[in-house]
Amino acid sequence: MERILEVNDLHVTFTTYGGTVQAVRGVNFHLDKGETLAIVGESGCGKSVTSNAIMRLIPSPPGKITQGSIIFKGQNLAAYSEKKMRSIRGVDISMIFQDPMTALNPTLTIGTQLVEGLKEHRKITAAQAKEKAIEMMELVGIPNPEERLKQYPHQFSGGMRQRIVIAIALICDPDLLIADEPTTALDVTIQAQILELFATIQKRTGVSIILITHDLGVVAKIADRIVVMYAGKIIESGSKREIFYESKHPYTQGLLDSVPRLDEKGELKPIVGTPPDLFSPPKGCPFTARCPFAMEVCDKVYPAPEKISDTHYVDCWLQDERAKRLLAAKTLQT
Amino acid sequence: MLKYILKRLLIMIITLWVIITLTFVLMVNIPGSPFNTDQASNETVQANLEAHYNLDQPYYIQYLLYIKSIATFEFGPSIKQPNQTVNDLLSRGFPISFELGIITIALAVVSGVLVGIIAALRHNGFLDYLTMGIAVLGISIPNFILATILIQQLAVNLEIFPTATWRSPAHMVLPVLALATGPMAIIARLTRSTMLEVLTQDYIKMAKAKGLSPWKVVFKHALRNALMPVVTIMGTLFAGILTGTFVIEQIFAIPGMGRYFVESINQRDYPVIMGTTVFYSAFLIIMLFIVDIVYGILDPRIKVHQKGGK
Repeated sequence: MERILEVNDLHVTFTTYGGTVQAVRGVNFHLDKGETLAIVGESGCGKSVTSNAIMRLIPSPPGKITQGSIIFKGQNLAAYSEKKMRSIRGVDISMIFQDPMTALNPTLTIGTQLVEGLKEHRKITAAQAKEKAIEMMELVGIPNPEERLKQYPHQFSGGMRQRIVIAIALICDPDLLIADEPTTALDVTIQAQILELFATIQKRTGVSIILITHDLGVVAKIADRIVVMYAGKIIESGSKREIFYESKHPYTQGLLDSVPRLDEKGELKPIVGTPPDLFSPPKGCPFTARCPFAMEVCDKVYPAPEKISDTHYVDCWLQDERAKRLLAAKTLQT
Repeated sequence: MLKYILKRLLIMIITLWVIITLTFVLMVNIPGSPFNTDQASNETVQANLEAHYNLDQPYYIQYLLYIKSIATFEFGPSIKQPNQTVNDLLSRGFPISFELGIITIALAVVSGVLVGIIAALRHNGFLDYLTMGIAVLGISIPNFILATILIQQLAVNLEIFPTATWRSPAHMVLPVLALATGPMAIIARLTRSTMLEVLTQDYIKMAKAKGLSPWKVVFKHALRNALMPVVTIMGTLFAGILTGTFVIEQIFAIPGMGRYFVESINQRDYPVIMGTTVFYSAFLIIMLFIVDIVYGILDPRIKVHQKGGK
């Protein structure tokens, strides 16, 4: 498998009047060609900041990549100049935004917005650009593309607009597509169609996808691997099967438990409490305060990643040999 | 679109009619007559003069005659300067006033928008604070004070520009500056604030994610959207500039329409009041109409609204 992206020890901070927010605190993950990686976690855990950091779209100031590398096809994007980065954006790495209602410019036609990236990066005639635009519109399933190209965003429904956003992202044949909550703003039936579209496109173009979401249903549908983020760190990562059926971190388990189920009656099960303040993140495991299994050590030292299998890693003291012995002893006593 | 324009034309005519009627009502209610101030005019002369200008007729006849003169665009001779017709005054004064107004508007819009963009892009930077500080000054200082300061400093003390009249481009600098500063400052502040808002929009991030140059992101994607509120206030600004020209023309002794307008009211020169009022109002109404059309061009969502007929 060819490795497309490798993020090593990425740190991102935001300097504000109130102090420095450590939004991403040492994130490691990788992505292979044709793979779909899901980044899950609750709001404010650093998912979107991570993806914006890969695109180098973090507003600076106040944001800054303070440490770490982003290796994309052997090149470190974290060290790229803004100008060099422009030749990557939209060409090699594309992005899809959360809300299709606001992601398209209301004053420009769909056609203009669709071919704009193509015209910027490739030498191409107007006729060729139009041909490519029609081809893309067909790929994402928009009927009468020729006519629709002349229309404005307000003449399209939300689902249609998201298809157009996807077409814009794919028009330069990128190697990596970052989708930041691509279905959150859509209603459920449209969500399913858009996810279907992702699967079709990936099969046809072999594009790698990073999917950022808090919707585990979406993850179950299209992800190959999953990383779980909490308070700016990746606390567990593994294949889809490993995360859904053999999750080791109490936070991951809590997330899975909180998904409403059709076959069970009763109240929703939230994870009690709120994430820690990232102005001064805790020394130890950030989940300690909310963790039903918290031990004395959890608050003091951050756990080292524990390898469960070749693909499955978890940052939790419960996986430490000593903790396992202690737990075993406790079960014996009772 | 054609239906919309026709509808607008009808509304414009009605607006104009309301203005005309109001002017007439105001005119007959202001005490005094054009002949009061004349020395040594005996009663017969006075009566003859009034008969000559139809001022002895009942008000409704005067009103109808007045409407007729507007409809035919034939305002007749000025009472105060009987050797000139109102049309003469207008055709002499209007080109000058128009020149002053258009140069002012062009300067105010172009430089105001540019300054606003620069301030927004340098948000919270030195240039932002500097330009916005100057803009606050520009809004607060009335144009007649600014005009006096400009004349004193640039014309009298430094002798860079001529003090008054309207002959060469050098003559235009001071009046245009005095008149344009206020609108320019308003436009700059408005452009800055809407630009700041637009720059945080998702479609701007999306444009950046396409790998477009900062230039294209700002001018192709952001500016069009940021200009919308600016175009909206343009109508009011035009009105402000128009009334501003009365004062500025007086100060700089520019032989435009503004002077005739002010003088005619002071002297109760009814035909001239009529002519200039109608002319000014018609001009302003047409400007507002153009603003609305531009609005539709900038924002395609508005065009569809019109097509729906409502």
